[in-house]
Amino acid sequence: MNLLNISSPHATRSGNTGNVMLTVLLALIPGIITLSYFFGPGHLIQICIASATAIGCEALVLHLRKKPIGFYLKDYSALLTAVLLAISLPPYAPYWVTMVATLFAIVIAKHLYGGLGQNPFNPAMVGFALVLVSFPVEMTTSWSAPSALLENGIGVAQALEIIFSSRETIDAITMATPLDLYKNQVEIATASEIYQNPLFNGPNHEASIALGWQWVNVAFLLGGAFLLWKKIFTWHVPVSLLLSLSLLSIFIGWDSDSYVPISLHLFAGATMLGAFFIATDPVTASTTPLGKLIYGAGIGVLIYIIRTWGSYPDAVAFAVLLMNFAAPLIDQYSQPRTYGHKKAVRGLAKKD
Amino acid sequence: MNMHHFKLYDFDGGIHPEQNKSQSTQLPITAAKIPQKLILPIAQHIGAPGNPVVKPGDKVLKGQVIAKGEDFVSCNLHAPTSGIVGAIEDREVPHQSGMSATCIEIITDGKDTWIDHQGLDNYLESDAASLIDCIAQAGISGMGGAGFPTHVKASIPASKINTLIINAAECEPYITSDDLLMREYAMDIIKGIEILQRILLPEQCYIGIEDNKPQAIEALQIALKENLDDTHNIHVVVIPTKYPSGGEKQLIQILTGKEVPVAGIPADIGIVCQNVGTVHAIYQAVALGIPLISRITTITGDAVSSPQNYQVLLGTPVTDVLSQANAKPNKIKRLIMGGPMMGFTIASTDTPITKTSNCIIAASDQELPDPAMEQACIRCGMCTQACPAQLLPQQLYWFAKSSNLEQAQAHNISDCIECGACSYVCPSNIPLVQYYRFAKGEIKQAKSDKKSSEQAKLRFDIRNARLDRETAEKDAKRKARAEAAAKKQAAKKTAPPVTSVSGDATAEPSVDTEALKQKVLAAQTRVDKARERLAMAQEQNLETADALELGLNKQIDKLTAAQKSLEEAKS
Repeated sequence: MNLLNISSPHATRSGNTGNVMLTVLLALIPGIITLSYFFGPGHLIQICIASATAIGCEALVLHLRKKPIGFYLKDYSALLTAVLLAISLPPYAPYWVTMVATLFAIVIAKHLYGGLGQNPFNPAMVGFALVLVSFPVEMTTSWSAPSALLENGIGVAQALEIIFSSRETIDAITMATPLDLYKNQVEIATASEIYQNPLFNGPNHEASIALGWQWVNVAFLLGGAFLLWKKIFTWHVPVSLLLSLSLLSIFIGWDSDSYVPISLHLFAGATMLGAFFIATDPVTASTTPLGKLIYGAGIGVLIYIIRTWGSYPDAVAFAVLLMNFAAPLIDQYSQPRTYGHKKAVRGLAKKD
Repeated sequence: MNMHHFKLYDFDGGIHPEQNKSQSTQLPITAAKIPQKLILPIAQHIGAPGNPVVKPGDKVLKGQVIAKGEDFVSCNLHAPTSGIVGAIEDREVPHQSGMSATCIEIITDGKDTWIDHQGLDNYLESDAASLIDCIAQAGISGMGGAGFPTHVKASIPASKINTLIINAAECEPYITSDDLLMREYAMDIIKGIEILQRILLPEQCYIGIEDNKPQAIEALQIALKENLDDTHNIHVVVIPTKYPSGGEKQLIQILTGKEVPVAGIPADIGIVCQNVGTVHAIYQAVALGIPLISRITTITGDAVSSPQNYQVLLGTPVTDVLSQANAKPNKIKRLIMGGPMMGFTIASTDTPITKTSNCIIAASDQELPDPAMEQACIRCGMCTQACPAQLLPQQLYWFAKSSNLEQAQAHNISDCIECGACSYVCPSNIPLVQYYRFAKGEIKQAKSDKKSSEQAKLRFDIRNARLDRETAEKDAKRKARAEAAAKKQAAKKTAPPVTSVSGDATAEPSVDTEALKQKVLAAQTRVDKARERLAMAQEQNLETADALELGLNKQIDKLTAAQKSLEEAKS
């Protein structure tokens, strides 16, 4: 009898990091389906490009770092980064934009900092921010109109052609995003005038918030609720993010003739994707309960500020990256009170 | 009983691991067979080990004291059955480290002959002191796991205590020994609580029990109703099943909403906690005069064909009771004493059952497979959600991993109760508790290193001071000699030889004091040297320190005597 001699605990819950990543990927599926339904197959193609690039880069770097490739690929973190990046990018961006963003995310933002768990910045958002500032034309002109507004929709062949070779036909399918449109027009038009645009209420003027986008946001919200239920993350970050964004939209932007209204802030951009899938990335977020509230609220405030007074119509990536900087500091000053202690410790121990 | 309106509090974190309790609750408690020999460690409790009072070859009766706890924080040990004392030597004892320690072996005679014994008459009218003495004589220590001597806990002044908590939560998976004990001996337990109430005079008493033990709850309630001494104020409080609700600190929090202050004990907030098994042992000792010589132990795990609870004599080798439970030795992959969350593996089946052995899990490979490979920490924070002590396990992990002991201490690593909830939930399969144990060990080592370096410095300073003084004294002597010689020379030159008679007469006593001075100096040197040796021994924690201290005192006495005679000679 050869008895195993190790210390407690002996019982552990089954599963591993890969299960966590796969659960998050599963929760993204409704959002991806909705995106494809309303905006054509662009995102699906981008997901394929990004995933292949990410896995290739991951394997290459693991090889260079002399790590077991199979073991690390099975944590699916590279795949998740790729998918998050692909659905954040404009669906009809050229393939090389996606590849550059993915390569930068995996090689620079993740592995050069030490790999999974060590990166201070959200890799997908680093990749996104890089291409956003480097290739502004491709990044702003590749958003498609909702398929419902296009006579023939967008076919797979056409999508592939736009992404991989000729961008001649792209003008026929692209359109500004609702947030972009509203922000640009609110200076010269009233809310009711802006809402005349079919981008908001559709070709038949049914009452809605933003054609397509609203359902995409609902789908990501549902996916996020699923992850909350599965206890993959806690409520703190998404709730404080949405709450701070909503409060600012109500108190500053109550006049929809001058500012983008709360409905568009919440349901017309990348807000739900950001709140439930980007800001909740545990590696780069705050880890204490109080810290998560501060972190999420900070992202909400920054999103509002950048969207309202900055030059980017959507702002999730920059808001998240800026708060990534602050997360370690927030953690040190938001430690919970330990059992039996009168008060919580603040900051790190002083050096002698 | 106002059980229905009892306000419960919750503790932070906690987990719901698979319970695996039903396997061992199907059969009633069965007496384990008397094995051929018993191995009884003299330290089965926290505190000083007992001193053996028998020698190899002695005949002992069941219930006879074989080791006496002579310190206050120590415990007596009794022969669990009659027989002959075999060896008294180091054997493998149940301990995380797999270490060996002094054990008394008893070759049993199978007759199970009792020594004369009887309980206290009218024990509910006895005074606290004699009840506590009775508990102390019976060698009872906490049976929930920690093994703290019960008479010490019972000696807390009653004026400080307002609440007595009986820990019947039994929150760890697999373990059912308290459950079965309560089902079968509920009345004895209530009587045991009454004894504690008599000693501690609490205003209220709660039995905290998890809701996964309905039969035990019912048995206790029936016993409370049937109990004729209706003056008790005992409440059976049913708490939700959540690990680690049976942790002392957590149970106190659930029942009272209070927290035991850091580095304090429950008595600081007016609470005494006793395990339900301990309470039963108290009843047996006080009412029946039966010392702690056996306990209920759950024998379970996939490798055991008929898992159940046994009443096992202390000192029974695990192998004996495993074979009685039809264990398949080839199937055992991990043998755990205690539960799967906080228990420890034992390397040999010869390890004996002791006062704290509530459970033996003979786990198969499928049941508790080898630990999965550790993955990178993704800071998911599931550990923080699970921690019942409101710590930041993930931060502690990073600090422990980088040996950043300063920050680990600042993040209260010493408040970790090692319940294992964080490791249990970790999706990256990081053995977090092992990291904390490492850091705690390093912190302890650093503290003791610091202490011994301080002592070394002290020793060095003492030695330097002595050397300086010795040099100064030598110089002074040399100078004195030179002066004396010069004087003599001068005297020879100036004075006629005849006057030297009177000169000699005055010089004589000075020679006498000179000798005494030498004596004092020599004594001083001996004292200094003894002091150095003592400092060195203390630094290395040598056992000879006491003897050296005695020696030093003698040298000091001699020095004082020498100084005294010098004073006398001078005057």
